[in-house]
Amino acid sequence: MSSAAVQVSGVTLLRQQRPVLDNISFTIPAGSFVGVLGGNGAGKTTLFRTLLGLEKPSAGQIWIEGQPTQKGRMSIGYMPQVRGMVAAQLSGWSMVAAAQQGWKWGLPFYNEKARTDIDAALAAVDAQDLASCPVGSLSGGERQRLMLAQALLDNPRILLLDEPLASLDPARMRETAERIYALAQARGMTVLMSTHDINPLMGLMDHVLYMAHGKAVLGRVEDVMTTQTLSALYGAPVEVVRAGNRLFVVAEGGGASLQSCMCVGHGA
Amino acid sequence: MLAYEFMRTAFLAAFLAALVCGPVGWFLVLRGQSFASHALSHVGFAGAAAALLLGQPALLGLGLGAVGGGVAIGMAGDRLVGRDVTIGLVLSVAMGIGALCLHFLTHSASSATALLFGDILGIGPSMLVWLGALSVACLLGLAIVARPLLFASLQPEQAEARGVNLRLLDILFLVIVAVATAQCAQITGVLLVFTLMIAPAAASLRMGFAPLQGMGIATLLALLEGWLGLVLAWYTNCPTTFWIAILGGSVFTTATLFCRLRGR
Ligand SMILES: Nc1ncnc2c1ncn2[C@@H]1O[C@H](COP(=O)(O)OP(=O)(O)OP(=O)(O)O)[C@@H](O)[C@H]1O
Ligand SMILES: [Mg+2]
Repeated sequence: MSSAAVQVSGVTLLRQQRPVLDNISFTIPAGSFVGVLGGNGAGKTTLFRTLLGLEKPSAGQIWIEGQPTQKGRMSIGYMPQVRGMVAAQLSGWSMVAAAQQGWKWGLPFYNEKARTDIDAALAAVDAQDLASCPVGSLSGGERQRLMLAQALLDNPRILLLDEPLASLDPARMRETAERIYALAQARGMTVLMSTHDINPLMGLMDHVLYMAHGKAVLGRVEDVMTTQTLSALYGAPVEVVRAGNRLFVVAEGGGASLQSCMCVGHGA
Repeated sequence: MLAYEFMRTAFLAAFLAALVCGPVGWFLVLRGQSFASHALSHVGFAGAAAALLLGQPALLGLGLGAVGGGVAIGMAGDRLVGRDVTIGLVLSVAMGIGALCLHFLTHSASSATALLFGDILGIGPSMLVWLGALSVACLLGLAIVARPLLFASLQPEQAEARGVNLRLLDILFLVIVAVATAQCAQITGVLLVFTLMIAPAAASLRMGFAPLQGMGIATLLALLEGWLGLVLAWYTNCPTTFWIAILGGSVFTTATLFCRLRGR
């Protein structure tokens, strides 16, 4: 087990008898930056939860840095898909601090070192100025930065980011993607980041993991994002369209296949 | 006023209740579970009424009832099932059982009133020792779970990924709430636990304090409510519970106005 950060072999996960992950295998080398793509319900969140050991696959194995996956692995930083946030009155700092060794029994008391760590995580995402604001007064994108700071606590070597670009405007998407990329480069982290829009990641990704119908293909962007590969994955004809340096996936026949089609990119 | 033994005991009892109500209430409001604590006190009421009927101490029944209810709510409360429905059902069933017990408990109608509305002036020295023990137990329990509980309340998925057992934590917390409720109900009665546990905590959260500070402020506000309530009851002819409830409302309203003025 050398330099594979994540190795997935023959993983199947059933939900209500239906395979959400269907015999998936891939290997992600350490230090790569992977965009995880797929329409709503393609299984991106489920895959992340499975990698974290929170869902038990009915078949197959997962190794994280050569070890079978298990809950509570400190080397993985996780940013869940954004939900409504509670505690609107707590400050950004308290919000991030709650995640600092938050699994330990005892009181939420932060010593000098813990405070330094929390401040460093806030600084890494440029959120020092959000630290004193009540969380409820922040915009969606600002809250997402705080969640990213939480995922960075404890210096993880692998980052699983579930739609960190959701609800950002196009310029912010690119900016955030570049920030994550720079952080990953500086710290030598492996990043898996799910997104509905491949374009903000263009030029940053080493690999794309494309998911549809419980299947997944991993490869370089130019290999995966082709009409043949994606048509095979969807089991229906889809077309990859280039417009300038942007990529879009469209269903060819339209009609019935439209629902399983996803449009990568935000309008031409 | 302090020359009387029962008044000194009452002040001490209010102090013990405030110690617990502040931090427990803070977490309840943070987690949006104030309704759950309300329900637990009602389950406790059913337990207490049953205990009286069987000739047992009311506090024992109250504690057992509330803890049982807490575990039940914690176990049944799946994320998918609407929790407010589960809790509302538990609450109404409990009140029904309590009503039944009281119906047969014809010989002591006054203890029923004490259960519902509290009887802080009737607390004796041995009861005070019990209340003290319950306070210590609650605070110790909370001191152990506080950190993961805060994490799990604010960021459940991340906490789960870090190995926090959400279900276990949920049940442990509800047990702590149940014990706190049983203790607090001695002072405010089961119907008004809300006022000592939730109002100060909600006010302190609204003012935007950090967690540990916020719990401290909530404790101080609860203490203020309890003691001022006792003083006001002494000088007027109204029951302590009335004053505590009114003060609870005022504390929260004042905090809200204060935040409005500061533009938050
Ligand atoms: N708790 C659950 N119980 C039953 N089915 C579930 C559950 N969670 C997810 N599913 C199903 O699993 C499938 C994959 O869901 P998942 O959340 O992984 O998709 P996703 O790719 O993250 O989608 P999105 O882009 O909308 O976030 C969906 O069909 C969903 O209905
Ligand atoms: Mg998802």
